[in-house]
Amino acid sequence: MPEITYRQAVKDAMVEEMRRDERVFLIGEDIGTYGGAFGVSAGMLEEFGPERIVETPISEDAIVGAAAGAAMIGMRPIAEIMFMDFILLAMEPLVNQAAKARYMFGGKATVPMVIRMPSGSGTGAAAQHSQSLETILMHIPGIKVVAPSTPYDVKGLLISSIRDLNPVCFVEHKLLYKEKGEVPDEEYTIPLGVADIKREGSDITVVSSGIMVHKSLKASEILADEGISVEVVDPRTLKPLDVDTISKSVKKTGRMLVVHEAVKTAGWAGEIMASISETPAWDYLDAPMRRLAGKDVPIPYNPKLEAAAVPQVDDIVQEIRAIVHNKY
Amino acid sequence: MPPTKVDAKFDNEKTEDVLTRAEKLSLSKKDLVEMYRTMIKIRLFEEMADKLYALGKVHGTMHLSAGQEGVAVGTGTVMHDTDYLLNHHRGHGHFIASGADIDKMMAEFLGRETGYCKGRGGSMHIADVDANNLGANGIVGGGIHLAAGVGLAIKMKEEDNVVLVIFGDGAANQGILHESFNMAAIWDLPVVYLCENNQYGMSAAVTRVSSKVPFKGRAEAHGIPGYFVDGNDVLGVYEIMKNAAEHARSRKGPVFVEAMTYRYFGHSKSDRNLYRTKEEIQAWKEEDPIGRFETLLLDAKVITDADIDEIYQEMNQAIDEAVSFAENSPEPDPSDVTEFVYA
Repeated sequence: MPEITYRQAVKDAMVEEMRRDERVFLIGEDIGTYGGAFGVSAGMLEEFGPERIVETPISEDAIVGAAAGAAMIGMRPIAEIMFMDFILLAMEPLVNQAAKARYMFGGKATVPMVIRMPSGSGTGAAAQHSQSLETILMHIPGIKVVAPSTPYDVKGLLISSIRDLNPVCFVEHKLLYKEKGEVPDEEYTIPLGVADIKREGSDITVVSSGIMVHKSLKASEILADEGISVEVVDPRTLKPLDVDTISKSVKKTGRMLVVHEAVKTAGWAGEIMASISETPAWDYLDAPMRRLAGKDVPIPYNPKLEAAAVPQVDDIVQEIRAIVHNKY
Repeated sequence: MPPTKVDAKFDNEKTEDVLTRAEKLSLSKKDLVEMYRTMIKIRLFEEMADKLYALGKVHGTMHLSAGQEGVAVGTGTVMHDTDYLLNHHRGHGHFIASGADIDKMMAEFLGRETGYCKGRGGSMHIADVDANNLGANGIVGGGIHLAAGVGLAIKMKEEDNVVLVIFGDGAANQGILHESFNMAAIWDLPVVYLCENNQYGMSAAVTRVSSKVPFKGRAEAHGIPGYFVDGNDVLGVYEIMKNAAEHARSRKGPVFVEAMTYRYFGHSKSDRNLYRTKEEIQAWKEEDPIGRFETLLLDAKVITDADIDEIYQEMNQAIDEAVSFAENSPEPDPSDVTEFVYA
């Protein structure tokens, strides 16, 4: 299989869907000649023209509102929000309009739209360009939230998101854009709501998404040398959440750690732990479930502080050791 | 018209001879009577809704538009069935004027499965997506950004219709109006913005909370033509909206209309009218859009007192039937509460 980058996988999914379905279009800031702030849509203007690569003013509220309006009358917009932080400027059309139209109107509307947004820290962009706000989006009935970690998952999940009839928030971790991985040439999709076991193991289940999958896999390799066998489960879709796959893994390993970059308080780790405590896996636990998350701070500028604000490979290693060696 | 809070000249023509005006607007006598009938239908429908609320049959809240029928009917008569409509929270009149089924509206008020939204939306969210009615909105200005997207999609799909987005003077102070105006203007979108200025955003007098009125200056600042019309003159609204819709329909870009009117009921059911006087309300009732039109039609002998009695009788009967339909309809099953969250 050919290797492509995470960035290329995003673009390939959009390009292929735009070729397949003329209702699909991309709307956002600087997505044309500039190619998007992270270069994802570079070259798409040349192929599809300004009618389908719709460059907007800096108006996030109207971008998401316009995407929702277009979706309601049968188009399939993909809105690019330059940084996930800026979705906060568009919460009204997302939460009050797109997410609710179907329910409010008694099942008579569909709002098939995707909002792509790069999340996460690690670029030195500080507090307003580095947030991981997935939980805020997961809290809203009517919205689906996807957060892929590999190029393969990006492509298969983005195609499914574009074809989905609901508003889907597609969270891309900006440090992963250069990450390479195998992606088949032929068309494929990955259903939303299905988790993937990224590494099999028997001593502990680590649930993580986005960049934390990669950090968890690195930690697993270090721990393998110590005889600790880690299973890494990537939910891939945070809402709807595949509790079943996680629960089965926990039944097998008897331990669970949830790792995310988003801040700890009211983060989705809590949701996963609560969900597992409601399943029979609870009876199989040999140790308290734990979570390792971003500290409850805005992302700082200084690189050492920035790194200290979110879980790193060493933190994951230490936390797993403590759980497996019954330190809690 | 009593001194409005907005001191500006109306753009609609003003002659007292209703038949001359109608002829200029290509409206037949039959059209005039139909417009009058629809205004009565809206007024009686809302009075019934208010009554049902008082009887405890409608729960939650509702926003009545009595006094604003001139805007609803002048507009509804202009728009085509294929045009898209994004309505506001005080939108019963606009729905009825656009041809909505009052049985399904009343059923929705009573929270019934047979209502437009199967009892999930209520008065504030009535929609009929299959008929291009994209819904009333509980968020002040909540349709304004959607309108830009509907306009964009119309252009992409090469449809020949337009989108009408209606909002109040309160929504005119939401920042999204600027974003939406700008987008619609740079892309020449077929959007008709209708600001129904009833002079109060809840309790806030429009002049107290707005830097400059009429609002058409805000549209003009974006290069969008703006019109200011006497909303209690149904033919004036028709005339201006006809020109506005034609502007958007002929792909000349977006257009803005502000119709000056007044609501008689409070903002919602919690309103005790502390912010305005009885005298002010009374002065506006003397400029009632239905009363003014009725006088014109009687003077021109388009209708007689007997016709009026008959129209009232007919409309009252239609509304009684709507209530009966609603009351005899089933409520949604609580076990279906999670249905419709996702498609």
